Amino acid sequence: MMNRRSLVSLLGLAVCAGLVGLGSLLSPGPSNVSIAEPVPLPSVLINAAGATFPYPIYSKWFSEYHKLHPDVEFNYQSVGSGAGIRQTIDKTVDFGASDGPMNDQQLAEAKQKLGYDILHFPTVLGADVPCYNIPGVTAELKFTPESLSNIYLGKITKWNDPALTGPNPGVKLPNTDIVVVHRSDGSGTTYIWTDYLSKINPAWASKVGRNTSVNWPVGLGGKGNEGVAGLVKETPGAIGYVELIYAIQTHIPYGVVENKAGKFIKADLASVTAAATGAAANMPDDFRVSITNAPGADAYPISSFTWLLIPSHIADATKRDDIKAFLKWMLTDAQQYNEGLDYARLPKAVVAKEMTQINRVQ
Amino acid sequence: MATSNTGVEVRLPSAPRGRGLRLGGTRGVDLIAKMLTLVAAVSVLLVTVWLVIELWEQSELSRHAFGFRFLLDRAWDPVFGHFGAMPFVYGTLVTSAVAMLIAIPLGVGAAIFLAELAPRGLSDTLTFLIELLAAVPSVVLGLVGIFVVVPWVRTSFGPFLKDIFGFLPLFQGPIYGVGFLTAGLVLAIMVLPFIVSISREVLLSVPNDLREGALALGSTHWESTWKVVVPTAGTGILGSIFLGLARALGETMAVSMVIGGTPQIAASLFAPGYSIASVIADQFAEATGDLFRQSLVELGLVLFGITVLLHAVARLLVNTTARKAKGAA
Repeated sequence: MMNRRSLVSLLGLAVCAGLVGLGSLLSPGPSNVSIAEPVPLPSVLINAAGATFPYPIYSKWFSEYHKLHPDVEFNYQSVGSGAGIRQTIDKTVDFGASDGPMNDQQLAEAKQKLGYDILHFPTVLGADVPCYNIPGVTAELKFTPESLSNIYLGKITKWNDPALTGPNPGVKLPNTDIVVVHRSDGSGTTYIWTDYLSKINPAWASKVGRNTSVNWPVGLGGKGNEGVAGLVKETPGAIGYVELIYAIQTHIPYGVVENKAGKFIKADLASVTAAATGAAANMPDDFRVSITNAPGADAYPISSFTWLLIPSHIADATKRDDIKAFLKWMLTDAQQYNEGLDYARLPKAVVAKEMTQINRVQ
Repeated sequence: MATSNTGVEVRLPSAPRGRGLRLGGTRGVDLIAKMLTLVAAVSVLLVTVWLVIELWEQSELSRHAFGFRFLLDRAWDPVFGHFGAMPFVYGTLVTSAVAMLIAIPLGVGAAIFLAELAPRGLSDTLTFLIELLAAVPSVVLGLVGIFVVVPWVRTSFGPFLKDIFGFLPLFQGPIYGVGFLTAGLVLAIMVLPFIVSISREVLLSVPNDLREGALALGSTHWESTWKVVVPTAGTGILGSIFLGLARALGETMAVSMVIGGTPQIAASLFAPGYSIASVIADQFAEATGDLFRQSLVELGLVLFGITVLLHAVARLLVNTTARKAKGAA
């Protein structure tokens, strides 16, 4: 057993150490600075939070921008679109990011709480693709809007259903059960998928609707793109949906989808940008537009913008100028980084329209 | 560590003051120790109280909207704003039950072997390895679940159960691999090390006099183990089981990766389901709208309630077994 005196001194030591620790926390000790490399601290730190889908490209942009402007640093937390919207309204970040646009109620709440508007800036494009695992089938399947929506409604339950065999004449589809796989976690990917199904199938719109998570009529839930892809890979007869980028980077084969013009389109960066171009003609002034089921012969129908949520009033003049400068750079020079990370570029018409919206940030 | 523990225990506030003085040293140290430990105890309590208050306040909207129906409602519809806890409560309880059904006999059996039957060297090595299992992050176990347990359940274990017990509703329906059974299996793996290592520790601490007494009275080695040592350690073993149960109820990551993410109540263990902790982790970040978010917080409150309830049951059980053990002795 430890003797008494040593215990007392130990306790004393602990208290002293605690006090010293506290002291060094309270006073920014010059000793720390002299030890560390003299790195010039960024004079402006801009905090942002939100969507996870565009996180790879955003962090690329932020780090490239920091190289060009060492005095400006961005801190982006990919906490999810819902949290991004909330934190923008609560003003705990300088700006937010979201895969789904804010709804009217959220915009009204922001206006009432903050006294100014939140502006939507489309940044890059994303898309969802259907992937499947049918024993004995390696061909690229063609899906019509009807077949996709009825599979997810649970109305089509066999792979050899006429709705599937019709558009796929050369493929021998087996008489196996379809196992529907969806995301179990809330996600912008699910928002795009359900937004598309809501547009093409009235029954879906009235029964299920669109959201980051919905009340699925049938199916298994997988966590994240990797969870859905894993379940599809492991389950014979399964169909699921994943982000285009995830499918490209992990080399998952995926099906083609019939677009509004009646053409079967395979998702790639060009067909996703084409969807945005098709929708850009009727772009509303607040940029809150869904481009699923977009018009245009080459448009891939399950595409979407992702947005930055910028307050229209930024009190701190330095921050305001830096954010505006960043937005300009993002819409022009920065788009060159998109393809490297498999994100589709914004159409020129949209970029031009966004440039004018930057002036609304006061 | 053990030495300093006993050193502090001598100076616990409940010890008579005179005795503390006699052990040497000044009264001032006693007072400091008393204050420090009191602050520690109170702060832990305050955190718990604060947690409950926060959960209560943050779920106000959903409590008002649904009232007690929330507990019994089966709907979970973020689009139309209709939420209920029942499928998640069911999933949490069923997966934990499956896990405990597997982990208790395995864990206690392993602990008896390690403490009473195995040679000391082997016992220490095996215990070290089992405790390593406890240190495996749950996300890693979840991945093992996806890539190993899920295919195994779908192609081998599930059909095997279906062949033998297929007449029971528990083992009917299509086998997807993910679902209540798989989540329970993964949970069992996570819970096992707790039960094994604590039960072994408790069994080892049973005084040797008891073993020798039993052997002297003519019982075999196994009789002395099963009829004397295990009942004596009963309270501690129960404690280890409830610690394991607490882990199973609250486990998030591994469960959400293999349970199938479908809020439903199904008789079959092969069916996909959902648990409280995993739906909160899955959907909180993207919860759009206040009612959705607050319903998730209320689910947290429900989980807290379940934990408290089960702990109360555990306390009762421990108390009665302790009294029984005392009566027997």
